[in-house]
Amino acid sequence: MRRNQVAVVGAAETTELGVVPNASQLQLHADAALNAIADAGLKLSDIDGFATAVETPQQVCHYLGIKPTWVDGTSVGGCSFMLHVRHAAAAIEAGLCKTVLITHAESGKSMIGKAPRSIPADSLQGQFEAPFGVYGPPSMFPIPVLRFMKTYGITHEQLAAVAVVQREWAAKNPRAMMKDPITVADVLNSRMIAYPFRLLQCCLVTDGGGALILTSADRARDFPRKPVYIMGTGESVETPMVSQMETFNSSRAFKTAGPLAFKEAGIAHKDVDHLMIYDAFAHLPLFGLGDLGFMPHEETGKFIADGNTRPGGKLPLNTNGGGLSYMHSGMYGMYALQESVRQMRGIAPAQVPNAKISVCHGVGGMFAASGTIVFTNER
Amino acid sequence: MAEPQRARPKPTPETQHFWDGTKAGELRLQRCDACAHVYFPPRPFCPSCASRKVSIFKASGKGFLYSYVINHRPAAPGFTPPYAIAVVELAEGPRMMSNIIDCPQTPEALELDMKLEVAFQALDDKITLPVFRPAKG
Ligand SMILES: [Zn+2]
Repeated sequence: MRRNQVAVVGAAETTELGVVPNASQLQLHADAALNAIADAGLKLSDIDGFATAVETPQQVCHYLGIKPTWVDGTSVGGCSFMLHVRHAAAAIEAGLCKTVLITHAESGKSMIGKAPRSIPADSLQGQFEAPFGVYGPPSMFPIPVLRFMKTYGITHEQLAAVAVVQREWAAKNPRAMMKDPITVADVLNSRMIAYPFRLLQCCLVTDGGGALILTSADRARDFPRKPVYIMGTGESVETPMVSQMETFNSSRAFKTAGPLAFKEAGIAHKDVDHLMIYDAFAHLPLFGLGDLGFMPHEETGKFIADGNTRPGGKLPLNTNGGGLSYMHSGMYGMYALQESVRQMRGIAPAQVPNAKISVCHGVGGMFAASGTIVFTNER
Repeated sequence: MAEPQRARPKPTPETQHFWDGTKAGELRLQRCDACAHVYFPPRPFCPSCASRKVSIFKASGKGFLYSYVINHRPAAPGFTPPYAIAVVELAEGPRMMSNIIDCPQTPEALELDMKLEVAFQALDDKITLPVFRPAKG
């Protein structure tokens, strides 16, 4: 794909985030969509392309009254929205549609109008993982951590520092769920969830949603908001079974999607002003920093523990507070994208001064899938 | 009301030989006749070279502890926390999820790279699960 041909011209989250007991999951989609359409100064009838995950495009389009000529229902977990951005940019460039709306919403906490996740007993996961006691992401996502720690000499304190630093960012964000400062000791003394991870190293469970609107860069100039250009994109999948990853020392999906996006954008790591790495659990930023090529994996724990990613650090990371402290409705990728767009617009609560390039890296499932988007505010 | 049951695998045509094997006290893997790749989970073709000529064989049952978590909460139905969910790397190469028996479920006792050997745990008269214990000697 050619860089900077497509731009984000509308971006918004749901009116409320956190615990939203007065709306179904479908209504949260609509709330996010209507906020994004207002942000872009558009009408619903202007939308001719639509993408969403978990809920089907037909469900959300019918509810909103949208009549699309292009749809994408890619549903690969929490990074689905990164893939939607990539696919939408390609579709707009190919002339399949002009204005794409991407929605995410999840009633992750209140569970209103949300189908339960289930693993069929005759699926490969049902046969070769479920019988051994995995039960939701906290029991699965951290399974690679001990091997990763041993291979690279990463310490428990360094993995605790991830949560501490992200809480510092969250403290600057009025919409963050958790804002009180925490220490490494607080993290290491919090309730054990799945050794080696404790409560403060696991993401929040909340309700909310978000939506993006994309159009061609040429049209983007006529919109009320400062356009945020899609500079580079990447995607991949590996396996739905965490036990079957090629290695626990890195993520193959990360190592495919990340470099693709950097190459397409034509940027080097030193060009990155702002970084989002989907942090469902505390080890993900370490995998991300290594797999995206910012530094060898060995250095990632020390890099974060030394404060390089905290406010004022040289590589601002997860500046909304992340899935650990901002919000996590189950599929956090949309919120990471929203924060990248805010940073590129210059309106983030914890704004990185003069940030021009933002990299937004997502994970789906337990390292099952990945999507990376490079944004810029300069064409 | 009955106690909540541990998740019970339901074999498919492609995996039946594996579950027949564990019931007979064998850990069965597959090897490609064309390129010798050994793989898991079961399927009737080679995921490395796409050959449909593959053979089922009895694995050694030996391996080592590749990684694990000790799950505290929420516990899966049929499990009493804390319990380890392990990934074992088999001597033949593939890895599989399992549980570790005859071993305290603690970080001190569960050392990465410790040698393991397969054991079999009958869930009922149809399904037997492959689990692992610290290797003797
Ligand atoms: Zn082969």
